[in-house]
Amino acid sequence: MAEEMRIVLRNYGKIDPLKIEDYIAQGGYKALEKARSMSQSDLIAEVKKSNLRGRGGAGFNCGQKWSFAYGAESDIKYVVCNADEGEPGTYKDRLIMENDPQALLEGMAICAYAIGAKQGYIYCRGEYPQVIKILNQAIEQAVTKGVLADFAIEVRSGAGAYVCGEETALIESIEGSRGEPRFKPPYPPSQGLWGKPTIVNNVETFANLPAIVENGADWYASIGVPSYPGTKIFTLTGDVNNCTFFEVPTNTTIRELIYKFGGGIPAGKKFKAVQIGGTSGAFIPESQLDTPVAFDNMSTIGATLGSGAVFVVDETRDIVDVAARIAGFFEHESCGKCAPCREGTARIAEIMENINDGFGEMSDLALLKKLGRVMSVSCLCGLGQAAPAPVITTIEHFMADYQAKIL
Amino acid sequence: MINLTIDGINVSVSKGSTILQAAREVGIYLPTLCWHPDQAVKANCRVCVCEVEGNRLLQAGCSTPVTEGMVVKTKTPQVIEARRTILELILSNHPQDCLNCIRNQNCELQDLANEYMIRDNPFELKVRGYKLDRSTPSIVRDQDKCILCRRCIDACSVTQSVFALGVEGRGVNSMVVPTMGLPLMESPCVLCGQCIHACPVGAIYENEQIDEFLAAVADPDKIVVTQIAPAIRLAIGEEVGMNTGELPMEVFVTGLRQMGFDHVLHTNFTADLTILEEGNELLNRLKEGGTLPMFTSCSPGWINFCETFYPDLLDNLSTCKSPQQMFGSLVKTYWAEKMGIDPAKIYSVSIMPCTAKKYEASRPEMNSSGYRDVDLVLTTREIGRLFRMSGMDFNQLPPSDFDSWMGKYTGAAVIFGATGGVMEAALRTVYEVVTEQELKDVNFTGVRGMEGIKEAAVDLNGTEVKVAIAHGLSNARKLMDQVRSGESPYHFIEIMACPGGCIGGGGQPLTKANKKRAERIEAIYVEDEGMPIRKSHENPEVKIIYDEFLHEPLGHKSHELLHTHYHAKNKRYL
Repeated sequence: MAEEMRIVLRNYGKIDPLKIEDYIAQGGYKALEKARSMSQSDLIAEVKKSNLRGRGGAGFNCGQKWSFAYGAESDIKYVVCNADEGEPGTYKDRLIMENDPQALLEGMAICAYAIGAKQGYIYCRGEYPQVIKILNQAIEQAVTKGVLADFAIEVRSGAGAYVCGEETALIESIEGSRGEPRFKPPYPPSQGLWGKPTIVNNVETFANLPAIVENGADWYASIGVPSYPGTKIFTLTGDVNNCTFFEVPTNTTIRELIYKFGGGIPAGKKFKAVQIGGTSGAFIPESQLDTPVAFDNMSTIGATLGSGAVFVVDETRDIVDVAARIAGFFEHESCGKCAPCREGTARIAEIMENINDGFGEMSDLALLKKLGRVMSVSCLCGLGQAAPAPVITTIEHFMADYQAKIL
Repeated sequence: MINLTIDGINVSVSKGSTILQAAREVGIYLPTLCWHPDQAVKANCRVCVCEVEGNRLLQAGCSTPVTEGMVVKTKTPQVIEARRTILELILSNHPQDCLNCIRNQNCELQDLANEYMIRDNPFELKVRGYKLDRSTPSIVRDQDKCILCRRCIDACSVTQSVFALGVEGRGVNSMVVPTMGLPLMESPCVLCGQCIHACPVGAIYENEQIDEFLAAVADPDKIVVTQIAPAIRLAIGEEVGMNTGELPMEVFVTGLRQMGFDHVLHTNFTADLTILEEGNELLNRLKEGGTLPMFTSCSPGWINFCETFYPDLLDNLSTCKSPQQMFGSLVKTYWAEKMGIDPAKIYSVSIMPCTAKKYEASRPEMNSSGYRDVDLVLTTREIGRLFRMSGMDFNQLPPSDFDSWMGKYTGAAVIFGATGGVMEAALRTVYEVVTEQELKDVNFTGVRGMEGIKEAAVDLNGTEVKVAIAHGLSNARKLMDQVRSGESPYHFIEIMACPGGCIGGGGQPLTKANKKRAERIEAIYVEDEGMPIRKSHENPEVKIIYDEFLHEPLGHKSHELLHTHYHAKNKRYL
């Protein structure tokens, strides 16, 4: 059985997060020094070789992303940290930023050196005012120490929109516009913030980098599942005994997360479903619990890894009600830019409310499935593409619950 | 070149082309709603989605650049299901009142609903129930019909740099609204109506006033007199199934008489008059050190823009009223006198390519005849509807002539309808007035065409006069900023609010593409070429009005009837 393994949270509880000296005493900023002694292309090759993949949910190879921005010709490039952390049930980025903010800054500085950026932004969730304070203090200390050299970092606050976790909506928001996604391509590494090559990575991704640079790509690549190596922080919520967080290697299975780390379901009740990756994640039934929590493994069961939120539902819960509430969430959070998401999320919410209130018909399920098929491939951004998943997967795995409400 | 296949057909297109462009090369037209030929790609309606081999997601044809070896499929069952579902969703909160809609049979959404056979929409119809915005005399907004494609926002912001429209709210509650959700009249809107051309549906349209016209015709005490703006004749044919410029003027006049106009006169007459007044005003300013550069003042959208955004430059505006308003004040004074008609009985209707003209006619200062100078403004589109209602076949109507005293015009007046036309007309006259020599070639081709900003220099007896022309208000803004910063090298600037000038006005037959505007401009110069007189000061009726009534340009009567003043508009949130 897997054990907890702390890479990202290596300094959790060991240092005073508001003292840069503590971080440095633990070996902090050595990785940045080492990175700067390497050529940019060697550094990017090393990151690529580590096979570190984005921890925000899309799972793109980090080094490869960097190589696009490195190769893009431009005087000005940007590094942006996505700290919007809007997925309900997710607080892993907050953990990192509250407990080890310098690790994030160091990771961003490594990236900045690799691609040739002088300016960085941390786009922090608006509901995290205390984190913004910590980050600003950490930046001030890093600047005073001179460790960031000529790389400047500014914290920008979100204003509560879930969609601003989508990287191009986040960029629009930093630019001062309405938080709405852009169409892609062009992707941010070629045209991002203010039209310049931009790397947007998640907090957890950046926080992995100092350890990778320090210990080498091979070390990192050997941890967990080879296609998605390293560790992942999971935050457990719902019907589980240990509603807390764990950092585990990616070869840990969902079952281990719930039963070993999570301590199982309270009051001796039976497991019903688990939703992983946040509100847009698929609901996973008992039969698929032995899947490792790595990106591609999750894909094969039609699920996502997402942000690493683990929401456990026991047998006593009304899964249709849960899915209906989630549908309401997406209706509320759709930005309204593209037609299928704007109208589709509202229709899913409407139909689900109907079913949940006992007014549904079997034909509604077919309509929901059609919306699922269309939205998942036609919407402009990930929000609309993923929005139907909780409804569709609950219909797929818990048809009896729906039938009970309809008949 | 990039090679790809679309539906099995090999296509070779230049790098940077989109799937939509490549598909058109081989005759495959993707459905679109938010796409607009002269605007930036938005990719928000998603009805142009296609399958691209190797992609799990469908790709929007309008925004996806082609790549070497790309395999695109535009009509698979998956694609068709996606497009139909998206259309069903859009239609599910769109009022289903096509029969009463101003855009019935000229609606991109209606076309697609028909093409994609949307019959029984599985989604329950939920019309949002917003109130109509009738705050302006020019433009009506129907939020319920809005499909949020945002083409109006692009027209307002990018083309016109007015920024009166934006998106408010989120998700299914998002809506396109004037600044801060204010009624349109309180926003910085200049009433140019370019948003109407941009709208694919009936969400924004002209304030239709056909009923007021019919009531005037029905009133035995009213003598209904009309003036036709320079840009109308060549475009009106488009409204009755003819090509641009195909409907002869004389037949058009018969058509108007048939509809109940008692007298048909021409704004072109006052366009020629404008040249005399404005040309002399320019010469005066040049001679006496008046405020320069002088700006033309024919375009009411532009006047609104200047009053809203450049109130500090109002002294640069020519004091000349627009030809419409000059006509309005003269028809109830000079013309009434000549005809022996009681001006109180005259109901003066102007036919304009313009939505802002409806507002201009309603300005309180436009009553120098002692009455409201212009009682009603109908756009080209409204006249088109009247014509279609009448059942007339314009191929068979006999020709007829304009009524006297304010019906004659020159080629110089004709070209008022195109960007650069007022400038060219002014140069034709100013040159001869100053040099006292005959202008050998009346064609100032340098000021013609669709380029956003044009400039020219003319030698007037050793004095070089520098002129510039801008059409579309974002181009105007560039020239205005130059003037404001004191760096403008020009003496005279012509500005038309709408792209292409009046031929592209907000009241013209709906034109999605600038290509159509260019076509109308071409037709206008053909008409000018064919005119026996092409210089305003040679218009015989203009000579008569100066001899008998006005006596001289910029004289006492002119000041009273033909000139005006401007007011800063203090808009909120600017």
